[in-house]
Amino acid sequence: MRYAIFCYHAESQACSLPKDKDEVMMAGIGKAKDEISKTAKFGPVARLMPTTAAMTVREGRELVVLDGPFAETKEQLLGFYIIECDTLDEAIEAARKLAEPRAAAGLNGALEIRPLRMFDPGQPMEAM
Amino acid sequence: MNDLAWIDVAVSSARPQAVAALLRYFRNLDVAEEAFQEASLRALQKWPENGPPRDPAAWLIMVGRNFALDEARRNKRNQPLPDDDVISDLDDTETALAERLDNAHYRDDILRLLFVCCHPELPATQQIALALRVVAGLSVKEIARAFLTSEAAMEQRITRAKRRVAQTQVPFEAPGAVERSERLGVVAAMLYLIFNEGYSASGGDEGHVRASLCDEAIRLTRMVLRLFPSEPEMMGLLALMLLQHARASARLDVGGNIVLLENQDRSKWNAEMIREGLAMIDKAMQHRRPGPYQIQAAIAAMHSHAARSEDTEWHEIERLYAALESVQPSPVVTLNRAVALSKSQGPAAALELLAPLAEPLAAYFHFYGVKGALHKQLGQPEAARVAFDRAIALARTATEAAHIRAELDRLTS
Repeated sequence: MRYAIFCYHAESQACSLPKDKDEVMMAGIGKAKDEISKTAKFGPVARLMPTTAAMTVREGRELVVLDGPFAETKEQLLGFYIIECDTLDEAIEAARKLAEPRAAAGLNGALEIRPLRMFDPGQPMEAM
Repeated sequence: MNDLAWIDVAVSSARPQAVAALLRYFRNLDVAEEAFQEASLRALQKWPENGPPRDPAAWLIMVGRNFALDEARRNKRNQPLPDDDVISDLDDTETALAERLDNAHYRDDILRLLFVCCHPELPATQQIALALRVVAGLSVKEIARAFLTSEAAMEQRITRAKRRVAQTQVPFEAPGAVERSERLGVVAAMLYLIFNEGYSASGGDEGHVRASLCDEAIRLTRMVLRLFPSEPEMMGLLALMLLQHARASARLDVGGNIVLLENQDRSKWNAEMIREGLAMIDKAMQHRRPGPYQIQAAIAAMHSHAARSEDTEWHEIERLYAALESVQPSPVVTLNRAVALSKSQGPAAALELLAPLAEPLAAYFHFYGVKGALHKQLGQPEAARVAFDRAIALARTATEAAHIRAELDRLTS
């Protein structure tokens, strides 16, 4: 069976970790991944850039593009895409196109565009 | 679970918001800080017993506020107590307080706290020391190390800074848009000062310690940007810091001497930081509101794009410096533009640009360093020597002097 695991932390705290603590944490995570990989397969793994690098396309009667991450609390995480394109403009355009049909259906959420800081494609898996 | 690690992280990341709110209530930096210190101590006692509060910042603000009110009454100081509506909140439970904490105040609170540290009468070093102590929460010892002074000297510097600040009115009303924009500009300049303190370090232990100032500046800039996400100049500032700091590992050789950009081993540049810096520039450009930090970041990005020094697009860099000249003219900017011009159009054109700078930059080390290098390129060793001699006389550190001495040696060989 396949699962997505989403990581949520207060960014102000995650950014406040002193370098040595961060290094110890990342080393621990690396070890955990190795352990897990003995029996499970990792697919794509990404570490996101901070929210300061994010933009958001808000769905509504019009699509609006804003600086910053998605921030409401009435919506829940329902899916994600990973794309590769040449420019931020293209990424915004892609998000707009993906948001369009959702807005047309009457949904009122948002798609956040967050650049990747680190990406590992992991092991190939068959489509579901 | 490691209680202390969790508490430490929660308290230090709540510091800016908590101290800023206490500053707004009590309009006195000393009182706000002392209140926060006391609240932090109580957190260390209570949180392991009662478990973590739902909102650490709210808890610290409430406890800090109660402590300061008790103190004020006990000491019967000649200090006006906060307004009635503040005192009447005393019976709030943590939940009620958290709900009533006005989130609209939050970002202006923190901006105010930073702005107060940027007092124009404070020398830059005091501004930075104060901001690092009060907002970033660095210990006096850590700050003293970063500035290569004694703890006692730094303690004095911070006390003096606080006294100066106490003598002026803390602007506690919410700022209008124009005033907010001005405050952000002042704060940005101070953050860049902190960054440059770290960036200008030369090698050895000093370098390592001062590099932490760069990290601190980046962290504070990110914080301000989270609060004010649509400010292109703040994005530009963060980009500039990241792109410059990305070169940290390549900037010094084993002897601790500065390695010029053109000679740096680019494989040592931090690719992740560069990517983030470039992402911030992309975002800033969406606003089509160019400004000095964005332009400087774009210049830094030009260097990041060049796989080797020879691949650098100097023509574009020169164009960017010209743009910077028009929004933020200064002899130093023109000097940098001349350097770019020398690479794209040759030393003679650059020397022409340099001529009117002789007076304003008469005491500037780099002016003579650049002048000497240009004369040397033009096959004018005597003029080069004159310039290099002047440069050595103006060198501010042993590293700078050594660099010029090496140039002089190369002239004679």
